[in-house]
Amino acid sequence: MRITQGTFSYLPDLTDDQIKAQIQYCINNNWAISVEHTDDPHPRNAFWEMYGLPMFDLKDPAAIMLEVNNCRKTFPHHYIKVSGYNSRYTKQTTALSFIVNRPAEEPGFRLERQESNDRLIRYTLYSYATGKPSGERYGEGNGTGK
Amino acid sequence: MAGSSTDKKKSRWAAGVTPYAEMGYYRPDYVPRDSDILCAFRIVPQEGVEPIEAAAAVAGESSTATWTVVWTDRLTAHEMYQAKCYKVVPVPGTNQYIAYIAYMIDLFEEGSIANLTSSIIGNVFGFKALKSLRLEDMRIPPHYVKTFQGPAHGVVMEREYLNKYGRPILGATVKPKLGLSARNYGRVVYEALKGGLDFTKDDENINSQPFMRWRDRFLFCIEGVARAQAATGEIKGHYMNVTAATMEDMYERAEFAKEIGSVICMIDLTVGYTAIQSMANWARANGLILHLHRAGHGTYTRQKTHGVSFRVIAKWMRLAGVDHIHAGTVVGKLEGDPNATKGFYNTLLQDKLDPDPLQGLYFEQDWASMPGTMPVASGGIHAGQMHQLLHHLGEDVVLQFGGGTIGHPDGIAEGAAANRIAVEAMIQARNEGRDYLNEGPDILAKAARFSPSLRKALEVWKDITFNFESTDVPDAVPTLSPV
Repeated sequence: MRITQGTFSYLPDLTDDQIKAQIQYCINNNWAISVEHTDDPHPRNAFWEMYGLPMFDLKDPAAIMLEVNNCRKTFPHHYIKVSGYNSRYTKQTTALSFIVNRPAEEPGFRLERQESNDRLIRYTLYSYATGKPSGERYGEGNGTGK
Repeated sequence: MAGSSTDKKKSRWAAGVTPYAEMGYYRPDYVPRDSDILCAFRIVPQEGVEPIEAAAAVAGESSTATWTVVWTDRLTAHEMYQAKCYKVVPVPGTNQYIAYIAYMIDLFEEGSIANLTSSIIGNVFGFKALKSLRLEDMRIPPHYVKTFQGPAHGVVMEREYLNKYGRPILGATVKPKLGLSARNYGRVVYEALKGGLDFTKDDENINSQPFMRWRDRFLFCIEGVARAQAATGEIKGHYMNVTAATMEDMYERAEFAKEIGSVICMIDLTVGYTAIQSMANWARANGLILHLHRAGHGTYTRQKTHGVSFRVIAKWMRLAGVDHIHAGTVVGKLEGDPNATKGFYNTLLQDKLDPDPLQGLYFEQDWASMPGTMPVASGGIHAGQMHQLLHHLGEDVVLQFGGGTIGHPDGIAEGAAANRIAVEAMIQARNEGRDYLNEGPDILAKAARFSPSLRKALEVWKDITFNFESTDVPDAVPTLSPV
């Protein structure tokens, strides 16, 4: 399966030039850009690991792309997203967020149903990858992505 | 009008009938206070009735007056409580006038849309001396704004809750709107959400009918939602319509929607202002986004000379505390002039608005940091219009493609995917700085090269537009309006 979180997951994976164009759009809007990664892509995992602090002052898309690629090199099997953050009064939230790296294989989620009385079912999403400890998911270690 | 023919000005307190204007309801010298509630009414006086007297009558009948002089006014600081018409402006080329009326804030109970509207649109709309009357706009001062809860969550919180940023949210109303069994209905929910939509929706008239009772619908829909979340890794929702005959029924249904894990529930405008405020309080306390379907509004918002403009309804509903409200599509099948619609969207979303005659905004409006209500565009829209939708409506909007999803020849999930691909391609192009409005068809055609589902959608609906004259347009119109 393909996890479709983020703004552009239904498009073919963005090229570096396309990513840079989106970064430029964020810079034009005065948004700080951050790079985050995770090996726990549950839709309610709000806190992916920050790859450094948000880049509040960096205004060069190529330099930010370098950070993205450093993150890719360090965590090739992780999901990585680039976000633009709008700190304007009454907004103060993420303005754009899209995935720029994903594992070669995405095992996805199992839907667990806890059956109860009166046809009630309590649903839980279980991410297959998180069955292993962090750092051993998505085939880390052997470099093949398998 | 009665009393308007008196030759000599009577004493203010002489028994009998005195023109409203002379009783203090017309005060051209009055300078509105910052804390006043201001209204702009479009009035058409009966033949022979002076516009100023008609406007003063509106001020009187929507505040302290009755048809005759009463001595008991003298027991009060009546000049404070009287609404004051401070300006009457003719609308060129018509028999209409815009009357500007100021109301002192003490006239209204804090935090009550019911009380506000019982005054402002109470008796006065049936007043015989007027042919017709329309409430065009209101300025709600921050002093009064701050007495309302406002949106249960608001646009910012909704996006953080859903983890969806930088693009319109996508939805679809389940069709056919009536007649499906609960299990079949849930199938549509599952397919549409799995295919790429963020939300599906009960229609306004889906409550709890013989062919599908509410509890059964909720259970099958949440199964569809949960399955789609597992298939995509995204948060999904179905607007569970909890509209019912009584408040007790609505609370019961909303509690159940919460219990089964729904992120959102919905109500119809027909439930009434008080019920809407109750549900908004409930939604904030219980963590569900609250969607409002504006069922019935067309009966009083559409005609230009009588009723209440939707921009006023939009203001009331942001105060009342809904998170979503239908606010027009411009290009779809339902009424919606582009400029007037822009005014509605801005009213729902912006922090502070200046008067803008082109958008039909008569007053400034300071929302005093109250969160925004997400506008919803629904009715006769499809993927092929994505560039126009983004141009007219912006990215803070829920685009609802009901027929435009479910009517896809290859199935519901394909229809959903077509809409999602179209919106992502358009946002990407906009962000890259392209002239997406003019290059829209091109951008879509290029995206269709890698997406057979979008290609099929563009073929099926390529020529579908709804080009009819709008009835509700602002008086001020630019000489050349954009596409």
